[in-house]
Amino acid sequence: MLQFLSKRFMQIFPAFVGVTLLTFSLVHLIPGDPVELLAGERGIDPERHAQMKIALGLDKPLAVQYLNYITNVFKGDLGKSFVTKKPVMREFMTLFPATLELSLCAIIFAVLFGLPAGVIAGVKRGTVFDHSVMTISLTGYSMPIFWWGLLLILFFSVHLGWTPVSGRLSPLYWIDADTGFMLIDTLKSDEPGAFKSALSHLILPSIVLGTIPLAVIARMTRSSMLEVLKEDYVRTARAKGLSPLRVIMVHALRNALIPVITVIGLQIGVLLAGAILTETIFAWPGVGKWIVESINRRDYPVVQGGILIISSLIIIVNLMVDILYGIINPRIRHTG
Amino acid sequence: MMNWKNYIRSFSITALSIAGILTIMAVSSYAKTFVYCSEGSPEGFTPALYTAGTTFDASSVQVFDRLTHFERGTTKIIPGLAESWEVSPDGMTYTFHLRKNVDFHTTSFFTPTRKFNADDVIFSFDRQRDPKHPYNKISGGNYEYFTSMGVAELLKSIEKKDDYTVIFHLTKPESPFLANLAMDFASIHSAEYADKMLKAGTPDEFDQKPVGTGPFVFVSYQKDSTIRYQANETYWQGRAKIDKLVFTITPDASVRYAKLKAGECHLIPYPNPADLEQMKKDTNINLMQKEGLNVGYLAFNVKVNEFKDAKVRQALSMAINKQAIIDAVFQGAGKVAKNPIPPTIWSYNDAVTDYEYNVEKAKALLKKAGFPNGFETDLWAMPVSRPYNPNARRMAEMIQEDWSKVGVKAKIVSYEWGEYLKRSMTGEHKTLLLGWTGDNGDPDNFLSVLLGCDAVGSSNRSQWCYKPFDDLIKKAKMTADPAERTKLYEEAQLIFKEQAPWVTIAHSVVYEPMSTKVVDYKIDPFGKHIFYGVDLKE
Repeated sequence: MLQFLSKRFMQIFPAFVGVTLLTFSLVHLIPGDPVELLAGERGIDPERHAQMKIALGLDKPLAVQYLNYITNVFKGDLGKSFVTKKPVMREFMTLFPATLELSLCAIIFAVLFGLPAGVIAGVKRGTVFDHSVMTISLTGYSMPIFWWGLLLILFFSVHLGWTPVSGRLSPLYWIDADTGFMLIDTLKSDEPGAFKSALSHLILPSIVLGTIPLAVIARMTRSSMLEVLKEDYVRTARAKGLSPLRVIMVHALRNALIPVITVIGLQIGVLLAGAILTETIFAWPGVGKWIVESINRRDYPVVQGGILIISSLIIIVNLMVDILYGIINPRIRHTG
Repeated sequence: MMNWKNYIRSFSITALSIAGILTIMAVSSYAKTFVYCSEGSPEGFTPALYTAGTTFDASSVQVFDRLTHFERGTTKIIPGLAESWEVSPDGMTYTFHLRKNVDFHTTSFFTPTRKFNADDVIFSFDRQRDPKHPYNKISGGNYEYFTSMGVAELLKSIEKKDDYTVIFHLTKPESPFLANLAMDFASIHSAEYADKMLKAGTPDEFDQKPVGTGPFVFVSYQKDSTIRYQANETYWQGRAKIDKLVFTITPDASVRYAKLKAGECHLIPYPNPADLEQMKKDTNINLMQKEGLNVGYLAFNVKVNEFKDAKVRQALSMAINKQAIIDAVFQGAGKVAKNPIPPTIWSYNDAVTDYEYNVEKAKALLKKAGFPNGFETDLWAMPVSRPYNPNARRMAEMIQEDWSKVGVKAKIVSYEWGEYLKRSMTGEHKTLLLGWTGDNGDPDNFLSVLLGCDAVGSSNRSQWCYKPFDDLIKKAKMTADPAERTKLYEEAQLIFKEQAPWVTIAHSVVYEPMSTKVVDYKIDPFGKHIFYGVDLKE
């Protein structure tokens, strides 16, 4: 197990350096001068332009800029935003809870509905239920998120008035961000109704963000179940006279879960990075929207730092999935 | 064993008391909360550091005051923190008498110990003009408007005569100076607060947590989410009619519209043009509109042979069907322009008559000017979309079509935006499409910048230097009396029309959709969103 762990940890390092190098070069490849963009439409005189380039450290050759950047990163300093002049790490920390809260709710929604749907579709293969699950999940998977989000808003928020359109909390509640997790903050505050408001604001974005993972999980669970149900040990279990429920839940599902867990792990990464559209539609103050806006403003430190942190998180989640594998299936830890 | 009756009894008592408490709380915490679904996050809260309207909406407009103000909904200058002022006869010295008994905001992070005075004025300007000032370099230290409006060169010195009198010494007479002082960058900050933050070693916080004298007190900002303000109880112009003001940051226009429909916001900026028709039909929405502070124009390069004669320029003005352009290119978000300044600017001359669209007359005039068979020219079209010209390419094609009817063949040319601006300054073009958005609502900000002799070779794209016109605007710039200035500008506009260095094409139209509960909202000609003076109906 120890060897397995150390091997996995060794693989992180090159991935991490690769990410920094890739984001750094990509960000600098986008045409557009951050100084000009900061100055806005009115333009800026050349002298002031040069001064600002020096102030932002953009006057040096790219290789030197990268070396400076990576040295600072190893010191734990991701730099300051060109626009707000605040440390990138601090901005990330204020926004990340929002993204995490939304992603967690979305994945819970996806697992809660995707897993049972997949299991039932697998067991009842070829039935109407199976076909409907597969059709719906395919539709869900191919749905353009922006359109889907607006559709839900128009129907549930504008037409029926059941859920709020966007944001994290009704403006009537004045609650300070303490932990940054609105559900926790509202629970801690003594304002009646605030928690309910926060919860109702989470419903639509969670559904929208969770739709694709739900579809993926349902399909994966189904095909994995189909595989496992064909196995000898399932037949044996049935032959032993175990109840069908026990056969499915204990003998089949447990083994079918391995690829599903991989997928869920990967989906968490996709969620963190892919919350961008959902965050924009629902005016959700998270990191996805923050990074996109920074790309538009050529706010290099934010783009680099933000992507670096998110990639690191994805790398760590994948590592944890690998370890989880090892626990569920000892064969992997020996062969891997 | 507790029986069911007991359960039900205790449950109903609890439920009733909770309901009672909730009702009491609802009644007692009832406050008029105005929710504005803004389009983006502010860059910071010190307006002088930034140029974006979104930032001004969140900072200068709600939290700060300036020495002079624009009267709400107009470009007229009225007293602000300066109660009155005198201008020396040579126009080089401005003496401001400051308002007494004005409080800076008391917030959770700062409690002022003194009232507003001359030190605050000096601090607010010195920070921007003195490179050695302790705050000059804080938060990036880029004072874009201060530099680009020429205030940096204009200010010789600022003198504190006493606590309530400040004298500005200028390097040259400049009557738009009062309008410049009403701009966002000239917002007055608390010197005491600045000092406190400097001593605490957190000068950056000064630009993130604003303290002003304005109608609303800043309470908190959650990045990319909400900004909260509370009415300033002791505001010198009287307390705001609303109690709380909340900005809910909503970047997508469709979502803003959905929020307005669902009653989650009272007012939204920048609607999708495609949604306007539906908004007009909605009885719960009041769609206000006003011309923007801008002008879209076609400039003739008068240095080019074909366009030296004013008759040719007049003829080509008549040959363009402007209304058709407005309908096709602006889709309702534009109005035909006849003057180089928009109607929201004081001194706009409504007596000017525009050239009517008349192909026959245009042909006759061209013949008179010696071009019976027309000629060939180029027509530059901007590569970007702007409120004053959302689609220059399409506009150019329509003009090309119109001109071909009088025998003028125009070739459409375009460059990358930066290149376009640079090349057109030196007059490489024969005719070009461009526009301008005003900064301070002063006619000089349009007429001198775009049509003055001094601007030939830079922002005067027509390269048009016409002495009778230039004399008028130069004289107006030196004149302090607004009535006198108005007369001069009105006359200048007549000369402009007669000489026709441009075809004035359009002013954009700004739409502000709001809930019908909103009372007394006025669209700001500068495109800002002012909530002081606004009320909410029950």
